[in-house]
Amino acid sequence: MAAGGFISDDGRRALRSLLPPFVYAVFLMAIPLATVVVVSFQIRGAAASGEWLDGALPPPVAIALRVMVLLYAVTLPFAFVLVARGGNAGRISRFLLLAAPLWVAALWLSWSYLATLGFGFGNYASVFTDPINIRGAVRGGSWLPGLLPRSLFVSVAVTAATVILAYPIAYFISFRVAPENKSLWIFLITIPFWTSYLIRIFLWKVILGYSGVVNTALTGLGIIDEPLTFILYNVNAVIITLAHAYAPFAILPIYVALEKIDRSLKEAARDLGENRLHTFLRVTLPLSVPGIVAAVLIVFIPTIGDYVTPELVGGSGGLLIANRIQALFLQVNDPGLGSALSLVTMAAVGIVAGLFMLSLRRWLKRA
Amino acid sequence: MKPPSMKFPALRIYAIIYLLFLFAPIILLPIFAFNEGKIIAFPLTGFSTRWFETLWERPSLHSAVQSSLIIAVLTSIFATIFGIFAARGGAMANFPFKGGIIGFIMLPLVLPEIILAVALLVLVTKVLGLAPNLYTIVLAHTLMCTPYATSVLNGAFANLDASLEEAAMDLGESRWGAFRLVTLPLVMPGIISAMLISFIISLDEFIVAFFLSGNVTTLPVYIYGLRRQSDQLPIIMALGTILVALSIILLVAAEILRRRGLRRAGLEDAGGFL
Amino acid sequence: MSGSPLITLRGVNKHYGDYHALRDIELEIRQGEFFSLLGPSGCGKTTLLRTIAGFEDLSSGTLMIDGKDMARVPANERPTNMVFQSYAIFPHLSVAQNVAFGLRRDSRPKAEKARAVAEALEMVGLAGYGGRAAHALSGGQRQRVALARALILQPKVLLLDEPLSALDKKMREQMQVELIRLQRNVGITFILVTHDQEEALVMSDRIAVMFEGSIGQMADPETLYRRPNSRRVADFIGKMNFLSAEVTAAGATVDLDVQGLGRGSIARDQAPNGAPAGPAVVGIRPETLTIVFDGEHTDRRTIDGVVDEVVYYGDMTYYDVRVPGVDEPLHLSMRNVIGRPVLDVGTPTRISWDERALVLLDA
Repeated sequence: MAAGGFISDDGRRALRSLLPPFVYAVFLMAIPLATVVVVSFQIRGAAASGEWLDGALPPPVAIALRVMVLLYAVTLPFAFVLVARGGNAGRISRFLLLAAPLWVAALWLSWSYLATLGFGFGNYASVFTDPINIRGAVRGGSWLPGLLPRSLFVSVAVTAATVILAYPIAYFISFRVAPENKSLWIFLITIPFWTSYLIRIFLWKVILGYSGVVNTALTGLGIIDEPLTFILYNVNAVIITLAHAYAPFAILPIYVALEKIDRSLKEAARDLGENRLHTFLRVTLPLSVPGIVAAVLIVFIPTIGDYVTPELVGGSGGLLIANRIQALFLQVNDPGLGSALSLVTMAAVGIVAGLFMLSLRRWLKRA
Repeated sequence: MKPPSMKFPALRIYAIIYLLFLFAPIILLPIFAFNEGKIIAFPLTGFSTRWFETLWERPSLHSAVQSSLIIAVLTSIFATIFGIFAARGGAMANFPFKGGIIGFIMLPLVLPEIILAVALLVLVTKVLGLAPNLYTIVLAHTLMCTPYATSVLNGAFANLDASLEEAAMDLGESRWGAFRLVTLPLVMPGIISAMLISFIISLDEFIVAFFLSGNVTTLPVYIYGLRRQSDQLPIIMALGTILVALSIILLVAAEILRRRGLRRAGLEDAGGFL
Repeated sequence: MSGSPLITLRGVNKHYGDYHALRDIELEIRQGEFFSLLGPSGCGKTTLLRTIAGFEDLSSGTLMIDGKDMARVPANERPTNMVFQSYAIFPHLSVAQNVAFGLRRDSRPKAEKARAVAEALEMVGLAGYGGRAAHALSGGQRQRVALARALILQPKVLLLDEPLSALDKKMREQMQVELIRLQRNVGITFILVTHDQEEALVMSDRIAVMFEGSIGQMADPETLYRRPNSRRVADFIGKMNFLSAEVTAAGATVDLDVQGLGRGSIARDQAPNGAPAGPAVVGIRPETLTIVFDGEHTDRRTIDGVVDEVVYYGDMTYYDVRVPGVDEPLHLSMRNVIGRPVLDVGTPTRISWDERALVLLDA
């Protein structure tokens, strides 16, 4: 009933009801993240000289200049937006933008002011130049990639393994399980998720270890003579453990997408002469793309933030970017660099996720 | 034509193997917890409850359990209250940016935990100038559990006929009275489910708790502290068995309550927690 | 039909942003009246009802109930009670608890309240159902519980929002009769919202027909049916044939030249909107047109035509008859009595009509 851009009485009530959790989320997410951005420019050990214009100019002039500089710096992006939108405000803004040299001066002044407080791009510089983070290095004769690319690779591998393993299960529950048993299956699949995370990792150590369950069972059965060593304390173990941990997150979105598919579509495709495989590839799979995308995002994004699994089952070569961030904060005590690394990591995750969604937008739009 | 049960037996076999993969850790957990031997490996050396007994003799464990319980109880209360607000607002009329606001509330679900942990640590230490303590963990856990509580409660509120509250107001109740007498009893099963799930998540959460724990030790932090001592592994198994049993009991209870709630409102089952 | 105005709306408007849901509503509803708000979906009738109930604020105008301005009175303090379209029976309470819900703030002793509940249930024909679980009731029973729950509070006005739309045809007809009887017994003013013109005609003392947020016509059922004031109202209530016409003279009577029917004159009250000379539209109801079967005789004026379409309904037969000089076939309905055959398509036929059945509408 309501026209666009307008809030009805009920809408206002809905907004009021949503406000407390929203405000809470803003306070505990947006504000801390903004703080992280600020901290990421703070260079450890850089002394705050506290001397800037104050020394050279009489105090009122210095304060006025500071206020002006800040105002310019803050309003600059808005001016660009207004010019883009046109209209009266746009014309005024265009006039203001003509004073471009003034903006440059304002930015330079505000930046040099911040620099006196110990701010700068130093942390970002070391994120991009220090081989351990991104660039990688030759160590002991072999190429050791940086932590961020490696973490992204592991997350991609975990995501691929998890989603590919999960898809048949979601398909099975949606198309093969009797309707009255479906919720039981879903319940069964979610149970492992609800059992202690750390203890699950410990158990994978036990299962995959040198004298672990897999190796003792396989040697006992005479399949192998020597215990397998490639399954613990390396990236494989990280992938197996995380694929297990995120299984329900991958299964459920795909299952929901499959459930939404009109059953008669499959029959129609079969009726039109498609065989089972082609029906799946041409009807079921494209229609389940939104579920796959949701599954990929909900597995990929959080896995990059896990530092416990790599630490416990990854061995020395399995350490990832999250371990580095954790160390920077809790051991090295360099929150500035840690914050910069966190933000770069988040940006990288965002870019990878965005590219992935962009590549599948054809199927996303249709659904 | 083959009978339906014969279609794709491969898929069924795969499903069973996959379930085995999912449940392998949980099945092994009690086996090793009740195993006599100090080394966690096959063959087993005999039945024993001694690892459970040693659990009682650890005061540091007890204080960790106590902190974790306080955090989990407070978190489940706060997250559920926020979840009620979010789910109730979500079920009501649309307005501009509603999707964005709900998306923001649900964002912690996909935010890497390390980022959240870092951000909160910076907020607490740099901005507020506080030392991390038990209550900062509650703040963080509430943020992380609210999306889960919201999605559990969404089902309960979406099934609710909006005219029920209006009817109660029409019959003389205030807005709050209508909510208390009509809406609250009808969504109560969802509320209990949401509390149980938030409780379990908070009890189990490690990454953020480790960043924000300061001098407080929560249960996962305590377990993490034992990681290098291989002789402590059976004790972890015993502890894990208790936790898993507790989780499963709570989850089954939550699921039963959710279904009973649906039945009581005379509704179809619209799916599980997530 | 008598009595002072109980509800008065003056210049009531309701905006949702750009959307104008109610436009300048002027309305007086009398004590003890059975009043209906009739209109197609989206015409604002439910918004108007919810405004009276207090669930929607007015954008402008005043609403008085029993002489008191309702501007600052919330829904729970208004002397109105509502039967919701979904009935809104509280599923977690028993039938008796549902009916007693509004008595919570009542200071009467328990036994007295219980007696009131029993009486209310008896009044709606649900004596002995008090212990039942609410979600186990049928549609008709829910409807009755909703009625008992509202009536037990002895409101000045009972508001009914499409209360019969969820029932099947038989049940709906039965409930219509029961609602009329109930309303006469309790003497409470009823305001009914419906999109079903038949329901409105059967039950109401007066009807307001609404289109796009404003009241198109407000009258008793017979006037509304026989003297609709616009083509829209005529079209919405029952079926109507529309013919172009020319007003040639207007004095004590109005002289017309109607397409296909020829010249005639009608009384002044057959032109509710006046009769300016010039082109106009005339309406005539299908049941006032009669086929003159072989061997029948009529003194009324007749025209010749050919049967274009036949729909047999059991008790009635509906014909479309093509008449030379008329663009659209004329709709007419004939009662199937002994001796009247059902005509085939293509049969030449004679139709009799009467000037008194004509109504002059806007051009």
